[in-house]
Amino acid sequence: MNIAIPGEVNPQEFRVAASPASVEKLKKLGFSVSIEAGAGQKASFIDQSYIDAGAEIVTDTAELYANADIVLKVNGPTDDEVELFKEGTTLISFLWPAQNPELLQKLADKKLNVLAMDSVPRISRAQKMDALSTMANIGGYRAVVEAAHHFGRFLTGQITAAGKVPPAKVLVIGAGVAGLAAIGTAKSMGAIVRAFDTRAEVKEQVESMGGEFLTVEIEEDGAGAGGYAKEMSKEFIEAEMALFREQAKEVDIVITTALIPGKPAPKLWQEDAVKNMKAGSVVVDMAAEQGGNCDLTVPGEVAVREGVTIIGYTNLATRLPGQASTLYAQNMVHLLAEMTPEKNGELTIDMENEAIRGATVVNSGEITWPPPAPKLSAAPAPEKKAAATPPPQPKVEEKKQSSAASIIGFWIVAGLLLFGLGKYSPPSFLSHFMVFVLSVFIGWQVIWNVSHSLHTPLMSVTNAISGIIIVGALLQISSGSWLISVLAFFAILLASINIVGGFLVTRRMLAMFRR
Amino acid sequence: MDGVVYMAYMLAAVFFILSLKGLSSHETAKGGNYYGIAGMAIAVLATMASSAVTSYVMLIVAVGVGGYIGAQKAKAVEMTEMPQLVALLHSFVGLAAVLISWAGYIDDSSHALVGAELTIHLVEIYLGIFIGAITLTGSLLAWGKLNGQISGKPLMLPFRHGLNAAALVICFWMMTYFAGNPHTGLSTFMLVVMTLIALALGVHLVAAIGGADMPVVVSMLNSYSGWAAAATGFMLGNDLLIVVGALVGSSGAILSYIMCQGMNRSFISVIMGGFGTDGSSPAAGEGVEQGEAVEVSATDVADDLANAKSVIIVPGYGMAVAHAQGAVKELVENLQKKGCNVRFGIHPVAGRLPGHMNVLLAEADVPYDIVLEMDELNDDFADTDMVLVIGANDTVNPDALERPDSPIAGMPVLRVWEAGQVIVLKRSLASGYAGVENPLFFKDNTRMLFGDAKESVQQVVKGL
Repeated sequence: MNIAIPGEVNPQEFRVAASPASVEKLKKLGFSVSIEAGAGQKASFIDQSYIDAGAEIVTDTAELYANADIVLKVNGPTDDEVELFKEGTTLISFLWPAQNPELLQKLADKKLNVLAMDSVPRISRAQKMDALSTMANIGGYRAVVEAAHHFGRFLTGQITAAGKVPPAKVLVIGAGVAGLAAIGTAKSMGAIVRAFDTRAEVKEQVESMGGEFLTVEIEEDGAGAGGYAKEMSKEFIEAEMALFREQAKEVDIVITTALIPGKPAPKLWQEDAVKNMKAGSVVVDMAAEQGGNCDLTVPGEVAVREGVTIIGYTNLATRLPGQASTLYAQNMVHLLAEMTPEKNGELTIDMENEAIRGATVVNSGEITWPPPAPKLSAAPAPEKKAAATPPPQPKVEEKKQSSAASIIGFWIVAGLLLFGLGKYSPPSFLSHFMVFVLSVFIGWQVIWNVSHSLHTPLMSVTNAISGIIIVGALLQISSGSWLISVLAFFAILLASINIVGGFLVTRRMLAMFRR
Repeated sequence: MDGVVYMAYMLAAVFFILSLKGLSSHETAKGGNYYGIAGMAIAVLATMASSAVTSYVMLIVAVGVGGYIGAQKAKAVEMTEMPQLVALLHSFVGLAAVLISWAGYIDDSSHALVGAELTIHLVEIYLGIFIGAITLTGSLLAWGKLNGQISGKPLMLPFRHGLNAAALVICFWMMTYFAGNPHTGLSTFMLVVMTLIALALGVHLVAAIGGADMPVVVSMLNSYSGWAAAATGFMLGNDLLIVVGALVGSSGAILSYIMCQGMNRSFISVIMGGFGTDGSSPAAGEGVEQGEAVEVSATDVADDLANAKSVIIVPGYGMAVAHAQGAVKELVENLQKKGCNVRFGIHPVAGRLPGHMNVLLAEADVPYDIVLEMDELNDDFADTDMVLVIGANDTVNPDALERPDSPIAGMPVLRVWEAGQVIVLKRSLASGYAGVENPLFFKDNTRMLFGDAKESVQQVVKGL
């Protein structure tokens, strides 16, 4: 099958759906790849490197679509582009089916198969195809870079000859993928990073990235289905706002990433919080596209209010086009690999596969969106945690006591047995028995010190030594009875194999060990 | 017995103790082996010189033929086949014990004994045959399992605990009769029956034990062979046999115990049979997100290795099967040249014999001071860039720590998943001997390199 990658028509879009590296991998899956001339230009992928990777460069866009079985894009197609598709083509791109029902209908009318990269379910086995996480990660990084760009000071603290510079304080609201990426980036630039999230489960993740996790006094877990947050109660939101107003006086940079699926972004950083901020501070509103977390945000623009710079770019990931394209193309390769299990270049849409089912929004002209809800949350169930907490201390003590009792009991029984044995056994047996018991103890003491790495040589040496049974046979072989002699003969033979074989193989092994 | 011979026996016993003591560290291990040889030579020569021995021709022929066979075996054996050889040699000791005890029964001189002495003597004969026979067939079966001629799967007969118990009860009952009525036709018949039952019991005991528990089985049989020697020692009134039998017996028992600790299982449960016998057999994955394993190519692994500062290699039985130790050594040398800190992490039950991995790595000329035990480096994984898991499975299964309902829950494992990246070299996604799914393969930082371990490692070396 032929995969076509057209350039993006939106002038604000710098990304592309394939990189030279991904082309190579697509070829390995058995596909042929055609790329529109200049498609990767803005992401710094020149046509020649695509050709080197095995792709064909096509100049005529209509021809590209006409020969395509699969079309890979970043953004959903425009009306003009929809016209170019031939029936039965498979389109894979970002689509946002909830926001674009008419586009979905048009694609269905064209009898296409459409997989929306934004609808890949958030289950762990689909992580490698999760382009939203990819973009969020890049966006989080870029958000800090943008903030640093507009922030007129260092992020890191320094003590210089000219005086002391305090480190910048960064507050990240919403510790999803983007938030965590922002925390890590800001931390690595030397800032003091705090983070807030309604989902208690992310506390550890925030701390692992080097951030400090802020909490409000009210207990309420905001974890919803599929790893996203849900809307919180009124009291909680009020406490949250009070916390933010306090924080606003201290922090220099605020990065907001709070989104609730299917709803406009919650207004968390309100005007009074902005007013509380020092002049020169920066707010990066990563939720600008969904209306913004800050009510002063102008989507797509940089605004300055009360001396505070509010960045409302909606295309933060696009502002790192090379990185975004490379990873997006990689997500696509994973998705296509999932759909071509035979690696023969033949695409199959397996609606039993949960990951593919979730991403497929149009199947042979039929709208299959929305998919059934994802089943699993990333967090462990809270009941389990509670059950695990009661300390098992009293049990331990009980055990100790019973073990002391059992030790005493053991020796009483052993003593009685020995008494019985001594009373009824002949002295010759008892002297042998004493030798036996003491030998067991010697063996016990000696063997405990053997290092683990020598266990195999130890086994072969004890094996050779157990060939000492030969002595028994040696004493029997000269008996008058031929039957005994024959039995002893074979016993000697076997024991000799053991002795010689055991010692020699031990020597061989030990010779191999070297420091 | 001559006083000189008796003293020679004592010297031999001391030498054997020194031999085992010598094996406790690498520096003294070779000396320990020579002490063992010297002790054995003294014991055998002293016995030959004693007045009880006259048939020298037969004796020398037997020792010569046996010694020759043993030497040939020792020279030819591959280090990967050590477990089989050890198991086979155990069966010889078992058979020798059976033969000697039977000969002791046939021997007329015991007729001179009366009363309690006679009873004890008969019990000793009985026990010598019993333990020897179990050791014989148990070891042979273990040998077959290790060799792959017999399936490694545990044999689960219905009422198998009942069968074992019945066999023990019958043997014990016959012993009480046998000890009270020496040398009647019926008691001889009973001795034959008991020998057969013990032979069958040996087969049944080992057949019920799964492949993963083989290290325990082999050391357990090692222990049995010691007790068999001790029993014949009692029968013949020979202190040397008793001492050595006890030494070997306790050493095998301790090794078994250490192995069982390595798997967090009681000795009894191992002897009584394989995993999942209580009906709670692995229902892993049910309701739990298994995720998907991500495959990589050998060249990608080589690229990542080239940038790694510290690497830990975790070998398992798969490395032995693929004979990959030579290739692994080459990989280690290449990485060390790049200034990378390479170490090996060995789980106590890796392989099919206690310490098996150490011997294989030594064979490949890997210095033993970079080969570390689980406890020595389990805390270092978090600071390690890359971990290569070569043919290990259950010993690196996070379920053992994270899922209390897992069949291997509580077993100490190497926490490889804490490292930056884990590469698992494996033939397929099949589960290990314990039959448990391994969620390690589906972790975010795990990559799978499928294929024969030896070829995969060689390709990685080429890529470097």
